[in-house]
Amino acid sequence: MVVEKKKERSSEIPTSSLADIAFLLLIFFLVTTTIDVDKGIGLVLPPPGDPKEISKKNITNLLINKEGKVMLDDQITDILMIKNIIREKIAQNPNLIVSVKTEENTQYRHYIQVLDQLKQANAKKISIAEPAK
Amino acid sequence: MKFQRKSRTEGGIPTASLPDIVFMLLIFFMVSTVFKEFRGIPVRLPAAKQIEKLPGKRNVVYLWADDRDRVSMDDRFIEVREIDRYMRNKLTDPLRQIRVVSLKVDQQAKMGLITKIHEELRETGGAALNVNYSTKTAN
Repeated sequence: MVVEKKKERSSEIPTSSLADIAFLLLIFFLVTTTIDVDKGIGLVLPPPGDPKEISKKNITNLLINKEGKVMLDDQITDILMIKNIIREKIAQNPNLIVSVKTEENTQYRHYIQVLDQLKQANAKKISIAEPAK
Repeated sequence: MKFQRKSRTEGGIPTASLPDIVFMLLIFFMVSTVFKEFRGIPVRLPAAKQIEKLPGKRNVVYLWADDRDRVSMDDRFIEVREIDRYMRNKLTDPLRQIRVVSLKVDQQAKMGLITKIHEELRETGGAALNVNYSTKTAN
């Protein structure tokens, strides 16, 4: 008589599909990950308090009206020209403060364009004046 | 004359370490994923050239504003005068170290609204003074 051998049961967890499972998870996270980095123009606001008195020769006034026209020191200027003018002015006077004044109804888009120009001209001292009513 | 058979080269790529590699990638993406918390309101961002990157999403408070003078924070509309209160709550949150306030403002929003937001943020002070005007990249 032949004694039947007991069937050996494998006691291991099958690992052949491990890679598939891991791939599935990987693809899920690959798809859901958003690597869009937010970008923008940085600015540090002054803490609340009394506005400082600044001598007039250190200030350049920059007015933006509601049509998006820009006036730089009493002269109507093209927005794209601001960069060069301000860069020259800062070269002459490093303490120059650019005071940006807007109207109540000025569009944000124009304000950003002007800020962008000032940033490109390396203007560090930018003052944001309250809009004229 | 017998020709010698060319020795066969092994054709397969070894796949034994494949799960390890995949797991490593998986863990990287799991750690770096930040799920979007909320969307805000639809705005058309202005474009600019001289732009900076923001720190990671965990250190930023987002504030939306559009051309109809609506302000949104944390997925709901709020009044402009409430910004200060909400900001103070955010800044005292020990789990998140807020460093920057990101303003996502529609390009046609009015400066009157922006100035009011500025005033509120100045009232809060601290990290709320670091403002970043969110923009697209201009070509």
